[in-house]
Amino acid sequence: MIRAIAVFGVLGIFPLAMQAMDAMFYVSLASRILIYAIAATSLNLVLGYGGMVSFGHAAFFGAGAFVVGIMAVEGVRSAWIAWPAAVAVAALAAFVIGALSLRTRGVYFIMITLAFAQMIYYICVSLKTYGGDDGLSLPGRSTIGIGTLGDDLLWYYVVLAILALVLYGLHRLVHSRFGRVIAAIRENEARAEAIGFPVYRYKLACFVIAGAVGGLAGALIANQSSYVSPSLLHWIQSGTLMIMVILGGVGTLWGGVIGAAVLLGLEHLIADYRIGWLAALAPNYQDHGALAVGIVLLAIVMLAPEGLAGLFSRTREK
Amino acid sequence: MLELRAVSKRYGGVVATDDVTLDVVRGEVHALIGPNGAGKTTLIGQISGVLATEIGRILFNGADITHLPAHARVAAGLARSYQITSIFRRFSVLDNLALAVQARSGSSFRFWRPLLTERALFDEARSIAVDIGLGGREDTPAATLAHGEQRALEVGLALATRPQLVLLDEPMAGMGPQESRAMLALIQHLRRRVSVLLVEHDMEAVFRLADRITVLVNGRVVASGAPAAIRNDPAVRQAYLGEEIAA
Repeated sequence: MIRAIAVFGVLGIFPLAMQAMDAMFYVSLASRILIYAIAATSLNLVLGYGGMVSFGHAAFFGAGAFVVGIMAVEGVRSAWIAWPAAVAVAALAAFVIGALSLRTRGVYFIMITLAFAQMIYYICVSLKTYGGDDGLSLPGRSTIGIGTLGDDLLWYYVVLAILALVLYGLHRLVHSRFGRVIAAIRENEARAEAIGFPVYRYKLACFVIAGAVGGLAGALIANQSSYVSPSLLHWIQSGTLMIMVILGGVGTLWGGVIGAAVLLGLEHLIADYRIGWLAALAPNYQDHGALAVGIVLLAIVMLAPEGLAGLFSRTREK
Repeated sequence: MLELRAVSKRYGGVVATDDVTLDVVRGEVHALIGPNGAGKTTLIGQISGVLATEIGRILFNGADITHLPAHARVAAGLARSYQITSIFRRFSVLDNLALAVQARSGSSFRFWRPLLTERALFDEARSIAVDIGLGGREDTPAATLAHGEQRALEVGLALATRPQLVLLDEPMAGMGPQESRAMLALIQHLRRRVSVLLVEHDMEAVFRLADRITVLVNGRVVASGAPAAIRNDPAVRQAYLGEEIAA
């Protein structure tokens, strides 16, 4: 609890400091990271807490983004309408995809969630009216009644508040009855059924909640740069979210946040800062940023197999 | 209370259970014995709903449960334990039992209220821990329990669902003499509250516990009746007991 207050305290002061230093670019970067933190946290609910290795989480993220994008283009720009709609559509998609995929296990589950997500990706690419391959530009950020969320500082705080709510919600859920059942299913699914839990329903509920929150993150990412790209739904996006979760800590409250911050922070560092001695060795290393990120990730995963969150917590058992 | 009517299970050409008809009467300990591969565990799987039953019918308290999913059978009062210990290894003993209590006490589609505030769940789990001889071990992670303690927890999980009938699949598997005695005492203790269908290889335990015995060989019932009758049944002696009595 103290840790959470400290983290959010720092995150709360951060944009003010950046503003004072006239470095608002970093506020925008931070908003993006926080949005991905929400998306990764939602994936962590299914993947980490629920033990369901969903390789299609980008579907819900992207669906949420497209709902907000399409509604904005059609003139519905109120966040109060568009965002719940994005959540509802993502939840519905998660219900349908989950209801079918959760009948399978293991590798089949991974592949079928991937397949469904790619299906939705191709559907979005084929929406020529709404940009198709090129993506969809929004007329601006959503409105919240008192004005738009165009101001980057205000936008940052909105995103931060939503992340705080999502984390608090996850914390409550994990410690609730439902959370205990989910943990039990991850631990021993057959036995959970044998002591009387309708396992499938619990897994589906978990999948839908995660999808809904993923859709919320999607609604935010559409607003972030007022642009929705179909690449948000691409399987690589699912993979990126997965990497964030694994990097940060599977089944830990802060795992998604840490993973998103480290991964996106690294990408930014490698792309935007030229390291002198490294450039002397390999002049165009920045063109191969993914490789560099990959090497760093590999090092992190090897040194902290339980994810970075594991380094902060000594209470977890081996 | 449990009635099997001509229940069979085939895997391709292999017959696992074959035309099994069996009754478990309320209040009795009914033992199911037979040599390895006789289909005992398959039958337990069919009764508990883990394995589908396409041929035959299963009735519980008069209701047809043949096609009921496993979790619904537990809700109806039919719980099982496993031959190969199946517990929540990373949970403590208390959390294991509280989970099983939770399964039958109200909806678990509750997302907000902390579980730890539900004192009743944990109080009951504690009293079950004492019942199964794990008093004082409540906070131990299940994975670190001794084998006999894990077997006791295995049975405890089934009991915590408050069944009317419990299916015990070789509760004494892999136990030493002392652990076996403790398990025997536990089953003696619980027979006052629940009916038991017991699969067990330990013949001494079977003959001490069982009110009735059904013998399964190659998936078929070859004999069923009181222990004394079973002991003297020539077909049983030949098919199954023979080797043990000779030994």
